[in-house]
Amino acid sequence: MAQMNMKEAIRDAMRVELKRDTNVLLFGEDVGKVGGVFRATEGLQAEFGEDRVFDTPLAESAIGGLAVGMGIQGFRPIAEIQFVGFIYEAMDQMFIQAARMRYRSGGRYNSPIVFRTPFGGGVKAAELHTDSLEGLAVQTPGIKVVIPSNPYDAKGLLISAIRDNDPVFFMEHLNLYHAFRAEVPEGEYTVEIGKANVVREGSDVTIIAYGLMVHTAVKAADELEKQGIKAEVIDLRSLVPLDIDTIVASIQKTNRAIVVQEAQKTSGVAAEVIAQINEKAILHLEAPVLRVAGPDTVYPFAQVEDAWLPSVARISAAVQKVLDF
Amino acid sequence: MSKVLSKLPYEVQTEPVTPLSVLSLDGEVVNPDEMPELTDDQLKEIMYRMVFTRTWDDRAVNLGRQGRLGFYAPVSGQEAAMIGSEYALNKDDFICPGYRDIPQLVWHGLPLYQAFLYSRGHQHGGQIPEDVHVLMPQIIIGAQILHATGVAMAFKKKNEKRVAITYTGDGGSSEGDFYEGMNFAGAFKLPVIYVVQNNGYAITTPYAKQTAALSVAHKALAAGIKGVQVDGMDVLAVIKAVRDAAERGRNGEGATLIELLTYRYRAHSMADDTTKYRTKDEEAEWAPKDPLIRFGKYLESKGLWSEEDTARVKEEAKATVNEQIKKAEAVEKMTVEGLIDSMFETTPQHLEEQKADFQ
Repeated sequence: MAQMNMKEAIRDAMRVELKRDTNVLLFGEDVGKVGGVFRATEGLQAEFGEDRVFDTPLAESAIGGLAVGMGIQGFRPIAEIQFVGFIYEAMDQMFIQAARMRYRSGGRYNSPIVFRTPFGGGVKAAELHTDSLEGLAVQTPGIKVVIPSNPYDAKGLLISAIRDNDPVFFMEHLNLYHAFRAEVPEGEYTVEIGKANVVREGSDVTIIAYGLMVHTAVKAADELEKQGIKAEVIDLRSLVPLDIDTIVASIQKTNRAIVVQEAQKTSGVAAEVIAQINEKAILHLEAPVLRVAGPDTVYPFAQVEDAWLPSVARISAAVQKVLDF
Repeated sequence: MSKVLSKLPYEVQTEPVTPLSVLSLDGEVVNPDEMPELTDDQLKEIMYRMVFTRTWDDRAVNLGRQGRLGFYAPVSGQEAAMIGSEYALNKDDFICPGYRDIPQLVWHGLPLYQAFLYSRGHQHGGQIPEDVHVLMPQIIIGAQILHATGVAMAFKKKNEKRVAITYTGDGGSSEGDFYEGMNFAGAFKLPVIYVVQNNGYAITTPYAKQTAALSVAHKALAAGIKGVQVDGMDVLAVIKAVRDAAERGRNGEGATLIELLTYRYRAHSMADDTTKYRTKDEEAEWAPKDPLIRFGKYLESKGLWSEEDTARVKEEAKATVNEQIKKAEAVEKMTVEGLIDSMFETTPQHLEEQKADFQ
C-alpha cells in the first residue's frame, strides 16, 4: 500500500477513473500542463492527453455549463473550480442547471458531473480563496456534497463521486492537501457517499465535524481525555446525504453533542445537524447541542484568521459547557 | 450614431452590416445567389409549418386565458426565424432552446402534448423521447448557450458530424453566459450555432437600451467566431444562413453567431401590455414584413400555395391542438412523491422520510 497525502490521493482517484472510463474528462482553469494551481492534477494531461485533460478559458460559468452539456451527451466531466470563492460565478450552472437536470427532465437526462473545488481556512490565502461555502450547496436540492478529511477517504469518495450519476460538489480542504500522509490502496476502491465515519470512540460526548475540523476535534478529544472526558468524534464525510443514523447511534451512547464547522454560525450545516438530532434523538439528550463555528462575519483577512477559526480551546470549552449543563 | 472624430491606426473599427434577405416584401426573389436549394415539396412543407404554428400560437394564447396552459410565451411574428432555423438542421442536430423556442422543439420531434405538459408544469413535458435531440426550454436567460457549447464539444470529441444550436433573444445577448459560450466555442473551435432572435425587446426594454454595439452579430468578432445578420422575417434567408453555419460546423470550421431580425406581435408573455412600450407606427412598419404573407406570396407566384391551403392547414392545426391539449390533460398529475424521487438516481434516506409525510 502506498503512502499518500490527500492531494496525491485525489490525483490518484482521477487517474484511476480516467484510465477506467474514457468518458471521464477533466477540465478547468490551469489543470492541464501545470496541473492546477495546487498541482492536484499534475501529470494527468501528460498521461491522458489534451483531449481528456484540458485547460479552459477563464470563465467559471462556462466551465459549469460545458460540464452540463457534455454530461447530457454521455461524458462524465470532472470540472475544477480553481478557488471556492469563484463558485459564485458558476452557481447557476452547478446548483441550478446541473442539480435540477434530472428533475426538470423527469429523469430523461442527468448530470454525472463532479465539481471539484479547494476551500478551507488557516492558510493565509487571498480573499475569497478559502471560505466555507458548503452551506450554499447543501441548501440546493439535487446535488450531493462531499468533504473528505483524509487521504484514504478522499480517494474512495472521489471515485464514488465520479461514478455517481448525480452531480457531486466535492470540496477539498486546502489545509489538508499536504497535512499528512496515510496508507492509500493502489487501484480502485470506493468509499460510499452518505456514510459517516466514527473516527474516535468515546462515551461522554459526541463531537461532529467534517473536513479539517475533524482533526481539530480529535486534538480536542485528546486534550479532554487528559481530564478524563471520553469524546467520540464523527467525521460526516458527506453533508448531502447526511448520515443521521450514525449520529443518533452515537448520541444514544453519549447523550451529549457539539457540532463543529469552519463556516459562519447561522443556518449552516451544524444548524441542520442539530435540527435533525432534535427530530430523531431529543429524548436521548442531557444538554442542548452546541455549535462551534466561525462568527457571522465575512471570512476574515489573514491577520485574524487563526483566531476566527474554531480551535481546540473553543471546542473543549463547548464540550465542558454541555457536560456542565 | 455619434460622429467618429478621429480614426487612430491602432483603433479597432467595425462597419455596419446589411442583413441577408432573399425575398422582397412582395415575395420576389431579390437575392438569387443566396437562395437555398429546396424542392417544391419542401417549400410547401415550410409554409405548412409556419401556418400551423401561427394557428397553434393563437390557440395556445386562448388556452392560456382559459387556464389550460401555464406559462406561455407567444411566438407569432417569429415563425420564419424559428421554423426556418430548425428546418435547416439535420434530425440528429441538438437544440438548446430558450423559453420561447417551443416550435423548434416540436418540429424537431417533441410531441406537442409534451410541450403543453411542460407549460402546464408537468415533468413529463421534459421527458424528451430518446430519438429527439433537444433539451427542454431554459428559463435562466443564457444558461442554454453554455449547454449547447458543451453538447458541441461532445460532438467534436466523439467525431460526430452533428451541430448544436441554441437560441436566445436580444436581451440574452447581454448576459455573461452569451460571451462565455461564444468565447469557449471560438477557443475550442466547436460546431455550435448561436441564434439571437432580435425581436426588438427584452420583455419591454427596447434594443436601443440593450447595447451600444453596431449589431448583435458584431459581438461574434470578440469571440473569434463568424457573425452574420439576417432578415429574420424571411424564412428563405434564415434557412440559408443556418444551413451555411451548420455546414461550417460539420466541416470543422467552428461556430457561428446568427442575428435574426424579427418581431413578436404579441406581448413577451401573457402578462405584459405592449401598448405601454410600443407605438402603432412601429407595428405598422413590421406588419408588411410578416413571414407568412411574404413567403405565401412567393409560393402563390410559383403556383404552390393558395388561400384554400392556408384555410385547410388552419383547420388541421386547430384539430391537432385540441387533440393534443386533451392528451396532455389526460396525463396523470404529478405527485410530491414522484417529485421527490426525481431528485437523485436513488432516493436517499432523508428524502424517503420526507416522502412519507406526503403518503
